[in-house]
Amino acid sequence: MNFAVIVFPGSNCDVDMYKAIEDVLEDATVDYVWHAEKDLSRYDAVLLPGGFSYGDYLRPGAIARFAAVMEEVKKAADAGKPVLGVCNGFQVLLEAGLLPGAMRRNDSLKFVCEPEELIVENNHTVFTSDYDKGEQIIIPVAHGDGNYYCDQQTLKELQENGQIVFRYAENPNGSVNDIAGICNKQGNVLGMMPHPERAVHQLLGSEDGRRLFTSILKYWRENHGAA
Amino acid sequence: MAQHKTREDEQKQPQVSEPTPDQIYEQKLYREMGLTDQEYDMIVNLIGRRPNYTETGLYSVMWSEHCSYKHSRPVLRRFPTSGERVLQGPGEGAGIVDIGDDQAVVFKIESHNHPSAIEPYQGAATGVGGIIRDVFSMGARPIALLNSLRFGELKDNPRVKYLFEHVVEGIAGYGNCIGIPTVGGEVVFDKSYDGNPLVNAMCVGLIDHDKIQKGVAKGIGNPVMYVGASTGRDGIHGATFASEELGEDSDSKRPAVQVGDPFMEKLLLEACLELIDSGAVVGIQDMGAAGLTSSSAEMASKAGNGIELNLDLVPQREKGMTPYEMMLSESQERMLVVVEKGREEEVKAIFDKWGLHSQVIGKVTDDKTLRLTHRGEVVAEVPVDSLAEDAPVYHCESTIARYYEENKGYDPHTLPEPSDYSQALKDLLAAPTIASKEWVYRQYDHMVRTSTVVRPGSDAAVVSIRGTKKALAMTTDCNGRYVYLDPEQGGAIAVAEAARNIVCSGAEPLAITDCLNFGNPEKPEIFWQFEKAVDGMSESCRVLNTPVISGNVSFYNETSGEAVYPTPVVGMVGLVHDTEHLTTQDFKQEGDHILLIGETKPELGGSEYQKLVNGKIEGRPPVIDLETEQKAQKLVLEAIQNGLVHSAHDLAEGGLAVALAESCISGGIGASVSLDTDLRTDHMLFSESQSRFLLSVAEEHVAKLQKMAEEAGVPLKDIGRTGGRDVHVSVNGKSVITVPVTDLESAWKGSIPSIMKG
Repeated sequence: MNFAVIVFPGSNCDVDMYKAIEDVLEDATVDYVWHAEKDLSRYDAVLLPGGFSYGDYLRPGAIARFAAVMEEVKKAADAGKPVLGVCNGFQVLLEAGLLPGAMRRNDSLKFVCEPEELIVENNHTVFTSDYDKGEQIIIPVAHGDGNYYCDQQTLKELQENGQIVFRYAENPNGSVNDIAGICNKQGNVLGMMPHPERAVHQLLGSEDGRRLFTSILKYWRENHGAA
Repeated sequence: MAQHKTREDEQKQPQVSEPTPDQIYEQKLYREMGLTDQEYDMIVNLIGRRPNYTETGLYSVMWSEHCSYKHSRPVLRRFPTSGERVLQGPGEGAGIVDIGDDQAVVFKIESHNHPSAIEPYQGAATGVGGIIRDVFSMGARPIALLNSLRFGELKDNPRVKYLFEHVVEGIAGYGNCIGIPTVGGEVVFDKSYDGNPLVNAMCVGLIDHDKIQKGVAKGIGNPVMYVGASTGRDGIHGATFASEELGEDSDSKRPAVQVGDPFMEKLLLEACLELIDSGAVVGIQDMGAAGLTSSSAEMASKAGNGIELNLDLVPQREKGMTPYEMMLSESQERMLVVVEKGREEEVKAIFDKWGLHSQVIGKVTDDKTLRLTHRGEVVAEVPVDSLAEDAPVYHCESTIARYYEENKGYDPHTLPEPSDYSQALKDLLAAPTIASKEWVYRQYDHMVRTSTVVRPGSDAAVVSIRGTKKALAMTTDCNGRYVYLDPEQGGAIAVAEAARNIVCSGAEPLAITDCLNFGNPEKPEIFWQFEKAVDGMSESCRVLNTPVISGNVSFYNETSGEAVYPTPVVGMVGLVHDTEHLTTQDFKQEGDHILLIGETKPELGGSEYQKLVNGKIEGRPPVIDLETEQKAQKLVLEAIQNGLVHSAHDLAEGGLAVALAESCISGGIGASVSLDTDLRTDHMLFSESQSRFLLSVAEEHVAKLQKMAEEAGVPLKDIGRTGGRDVHVSVNGKSVITVPVTDLESAWKGSIPSIMKG
């Protein structure tokens, strides 16, 4: 299975995402893909890492969505390939319209970096099948703009379709409905503020992020056979 | 090219008329730039004529204290700077220490005090940006940031709160965006820093031996390239401003503060490391303090060459900039690079990819002269060595401070004994200097790069090295009160305490970088503090085998004539040989024995407890015996490396009681401790005697540790057990403290957030 880690100018969790795939999924391959790339057809999954693409100028993710590679990311999403956006990657997915809603400054108006307890709300997605429903896991957050917002109608749809994948046990940023991560209706595009790639070794304080990556591989194997 | 297009427009701009060399002389205009009459005369002698306006500017910044160390150089020579592992000592962007496997660690600390005093966000942010460039200009990948901050008293002081809040935000804003974790540091509050906060930033990088770069302009005819952000009018005379005392009019110096763009620096970082990988680089240096002037003059001087620059080619942010402005601008995120002739296009391709300027602006010459041309004219022509090497050196007068003599007779028994020890402990834990700094480090991304294996909040932070079992422990430390009360003892303690922090994490101390924050060195009592502190630090570095590999001096930290406490901050890095040795301060399990290593004496001078009870500090600080210190550190490190220790914490501000409380709070486990002592109870609990550690050890290892301590001649006492929900302390059989850990935790954790809300 081949993973693409998209690199925008200002991405800074690209290396962490790359290392996580390398360390957690022995059989998978992973490449850095520059934002100007116009062909992602050889990849089976696309990862949009955290960081400050384009310096967060205008709004987080607002400029990255115009990068050439984003057309290809949309194609991958439409083709049902797993697309994961973490932190700034989540913000890019929102700005690109691949996920509904928008991101605001944290309600504290301060950046927050700490391990967070998450509740797995839906384990029937491409990204969560190795978790139990309702399971509590520890994954760190690190963001200044993680206060997810959507209108009541959208929230209702998210709830009814099981698109709320992760909730915070204790909300660190003021997000609507304690949302930490959501997926699209099809379940193959996930955006989340917490960083699963930061929770893949006991030395880092938690290994709970590993199963997110193993779930992706499991999904791919079920659909495509060997890695 | 953009700058060619605009040149015509520039011609239409009215020419700024600069004073002539004669006017500069007659009206003594050089004084406004910080040069003395005597220094001006030296310049005239060196170049054989009166310097023009641009040239006067070049000398004024290069001969500023910030760039030339003219008041400190003779004293700094006392530091031990070499050692088996030292690959690069002071003098380059940052120092380098070997850590085996052809890898090395690169680090340096630097001050940004004055800018932060008047524009806290940008002052702190650009301090971080500058130190990061110092590290990657050596060819290293920056892997961690630390800082050391001093502010005035936080309570009921809106200005201090404002400075604290925005300095922290500035550090966070820069470090978080560029993606280098801010893993540790210290924040201290004391009235002496009311008007003049200290903002010291440290960066640690990792490098392969064969990638080490130097800032040298070698190879006659090699092109000199300007890379990174364009030059604007910000930060002009920043280095000069940093070399003055703060006064009533300091607010008007706001334009001397640079403005940072961490996104730009992230691009510059990646592009420069790619460039260094290409092998095209001959020499590279950050355009930091004194910008284009210092980078060009220093690179040429170090190589024994000259440099010629065509200023028309400098990428400019604004129209009509004069040579003076371009040379003195401290616009951020710029580097000067000398590359191999013929490889300019290769360099350009790398910077184009990252969307950055790269422009040949000059060449290396053989005439040891810095020659600047602008619009077809030579606008400055001076010997590079006269800028970089020939600044005057001042041997300042030194006098023992009067307060030091007055403090001689202090008796700690004059401190009143508290009636309620539980409350006294809670009060100490809530003192902002001791209280949890979670409010601060929660705002720093301390986990990016996924290598932070001990996060902020323990004695030292630890960052693992991918592909090896090794890790780097790092800390910043200084108790300015001790240094004030006795500069030599205080200086020695600063190094020793940093080493103690490193040892507690399971690492072997390697080397230090220092940031020497003092008042005006032209005052004999201040210079006495400086000299004595350096002596104390040097002695400590020698005994503990931690040479000084880089550093920075920040003088003139005074407001309206009042100096801050002398604060020589030590940044230390240590090597964890195997991540199996990693140790933190929190108690790990119930039933462990609590061992106190070291001897407690009635040493309350300069202590947090004295300040709490007395409202001021006086007397003498704790005395350090470096042989004892070295033995204790060796014992603890060996015990940790042999797997005998569950937790280790050094005893510092607040003494034994606070260390015990911190180990309990961070582990979420209580403790029962009983002490037998001849000392008064408050002295036993709150004394800040040196060379002490608090360990928790499983029952089966206690005897082994006792034996090791006995053989090493280090005092060790088994003082109690971990367990339960409360902290119990009894002294000579009498119970003095009984308090739930959760109560201590709320005092410790709640203090800073509640003050900042109020």
